[in-house]
Amino acid sequence: MYQAIVFLPLLGAILAGLISLAGAHARHPSGPPANGAEDHAGPAVAEDDPRAAPSTAEPLAASAPHSGSEPHGTHPPALGATFAQLITTGLLFIAMILSWIAFVAVGFGGHEERVSLATWFASGDLQVAWALRIDTLTAVMLVVVTTISALVHLYSIGYMEDDPHQPRFFAYLSLFTFAMLMLVTADNLVQLFFGWEGVGLMSYLLIGFWYLKPEANAAAIKAFIVNRVGDFGFSLGIFAAFVMTGAVAFDTVFAQAPSLTGKTIHFLSWNLDALTVICLLLFMGAMGKSAQFLLHTWLPDAMEGPTPVSALIHAATMVTAGVFMVARLSPLFELAPTAQAFVTAVGATTALFAATVGLVQNDIKRIVAYSTCSQLGYMFVAMGVGAYSVGMFHLFTHAFFKALLFLGSGSVIIAMHHEQDIRMMGGLRHRIPFTYWMMVIGTLALTGFPFTAGYYSKDAIIEAAYVGMNPMAVYGWLCTIVAAALTAFYSWRLIFKTFHGTPHDQGHYEAAHESPWVMLVPLAALAAGCLLAGYPFKDLFAGSGVEHFFRGSLKFASGNHVLEDMEQIPYLIGLLPTVMMAVGWAVAWQFYIRRPALPRELARQHEALYRFLLNKWYFDELYDAILVRPTIWLGRLLWKGGDGWLIDGFGPDGVSAWVLDVTRNVIRLQTGYLYHYAFAMLIGLAALITWFMFSGGLH
Amino acid sequence: MIIGLGHYLAVGALLFTIGIFGIFLNRKNVIIIMMSIELILLAVNINLVAFSAFLGDLVGQVYALVVLTVAAAEAAIGLAILVVYFRNRGSIAVEDINLMKG
Repeated sequence: MYQAIVFLPLLGAILAGLISLAGAHARHPSGPPANGAEDHAGPAVAEDDPRAAPSTAEPLAASAPHSGSEPHGTHPPALGATFAQLITTGLLFIAMILSWIAFVAVGFGGHEERVSLATWFASGDLQVAWALRIDTLTAVMLVVVTTISALVHLYSIGYMEDDPHQPRFFAYLSLFTFAMLMLVTADNLVQLFFGWEGVGLMSYLLIGFWYLKPEANAAAIKAFIVNRVGDFGFSLGIFAAFVMTGAVAFDTVFAQAPSLTGKTIHFLSWNLDALTVICLLLFMGAMGKSAQFLLHTWLPDAMEGPTPVSALIHAATMVTAGVFMVARLSPLFELAPTAQAFVTAVGATTALFAATVGLVQNDIKRIVAYSTCSQLGYMFVAMGVGAYSVGMFHLFTHAFFKALLFLGSGSVIIAMHHEQDIRMMGGLRHRIPFTYWMMVIGTLALTGFPFTAGYYSKDAIIEAAYVGMNPMAVYGWLCTIVAAALTAFYSWRLIFKTFHGTPHDQGHYEAAHESPWVMLVPLAALAAGCLLAGYPFKDLFAGSGVEHFFRGSLKFASGNHVLEDMEQIPYLIGLLPTVMMAVGWAVAWQFYIRRPALPRELARQHEALYRFLLNKWYFDELYDAILVRPTIWLGRLLWKGGDGWLIDGFGPDGVSAWVLDVTRNVIRLQTGYLYHYAFAMLIGLAALITWFMFSGGLH
Repeated sequence: MIIGLGHYLAVGALLFTIGIFGIFLNRKNVIIIMMSIELILLAVNINLVAFSAFLGDLVGQVYALVVLTVAAAEAAIGLAILVVYFRNRGSIAVEDINLMKG
């Protein structure tokens, strides 16, 4: 059964990839065309071509709508698109159902399992196997990944309706899901890394799905490179773990972890605490993948991809990989208090930072993206204070409402004909009431309205931060509590600006229409999740049921009693998040419903602050100045100076120039005049005779 | 005064030297170079005949005849080349013959 969950999406990806290949081949029987052929080398995925037929050869870019919108070609859909949709979506739904069965069996029935698939490689002490590790933690992730993925597949059938490259899109989506499933079922660090890189690759391909859009390509490359920075740390962490424990399998590493306390790694002239170093390096990978502070810059840009991709990758699954990884490695993190404090600090900073940026953004998807960033920060705060199950709880609920918000945004975008700027919207609740109500439910859950899913998980995190033991817990609590108010503000701002007030673009408003049912059903399903995923699971994730539910999959050190302390929290402190949420809502209502002129007034009064937030704390500019430009400068230096001047100058080019130079001089000896040659012969003869006369010949 | 071998050899050497210098001091005419070559060959012939007479060995004189034959053939070929060359290039001045210049 577990093999089926993991490999059905792969099967779907391969089939859709073959359809995509066949389609590309049918359109260009003579092979790839001379120009415009992009290389989309994904496993089992076809290279696809922007044009429908050579006779109507016209690049997609030319027919694509303009900036900020999503290009849809005017080409006929690809061959077998319907089949590709049905096969991938169908397989994903099967995987989803199996996942829920597995969830019940593992979580409540306690049927943990290790499925050994094959040996990957064995080299000396390094034994790496393909294996599926099914415990409660994995089961939770399986449910999240397959459910969101299945709904996104279904939604994409509607959203990508007029896209000429649907088989490729669905192949990517399924392959992405497969990579994520490999990640969550990993039984050793190397397989985890395989899935980790898999989702990184697929996010690159999916963000850059509309590869004729330069911004999409840039965003894809940015996401890939920023993730490489994190992955560098992650791989170093794996190496360190292997060096210290001699194994990469989780069980062995965890078993050896307690014996590592106090051991040091000698690096250059420092002696570093082994566990702290390992945890910090591994967490660096999580920072990249989960878009934490300093490595967050790729996530908002990733909104260049199609909206279902944003929902799948950048809300519900891929970015949660970092959170999952920390939870999975809780036996290590529990032993490294310094690393835990760092995790808390980074999470808290991200939660606050992303929320402040989200306040002033105008692109509907970017607001949701920053919200994701912020919510991931919450999860890491929970991880940092040792409340792993609480972090997983928020991951679980967040998947539903964030996917809902993204898919709802997609529905709005479709309704507005690919307009993404909320300043151009307004009053849409009359035109698309269903989407409106779904978005409201998502927003309620996100902001933590009482009795929605987010209410339980987010409050639990804030409480956990309040009672947390580590030195950064207070900071974490302050940041998350403030961010709660900011979250409410920007979420309601989005709703008010989009759905309330007066339409700002009458033409789009008049033309706005509700999406087809195939897009609304996933919204409804996710909305149900937003309302129902909270209370029934509260006890299992953040109450007395944790011990029984998660059993060995999460490790709580003996001194870790965050979960018990959360029960004894003062009543007023427990109420505070809800109060903050209400404050955020009230301010948003004041700003955007009651006195719509106020925000502009405020922005004018605090111009500098407004610009600072609008430009995302100038992180892109900062990185451009301190990283990108020096790198380009260094590259140019090495290119022009190192390669061009030094190596070419003294190497091949230098030698050939020197030979030419010498030849140019030697050539002058050859005058072509007979008497010069004759004279040379005479001199030679005279010299020879002289030599014979004075040395007496050869003997 | 008895004319001995030394005198013959001196004349031969003199002719040879004139021939050599005629080749590379001459800047005017290729025909003069050919004439210089003839002079060199004649100098050799004088040596051969002189040694033949003084040593009483006829082989030297026979060899001188061979050299004369070769010289005649060489002159014929050389002049023929010159004629063709002149027809093609319009000049047989030594200064102008530098097609082999690098």
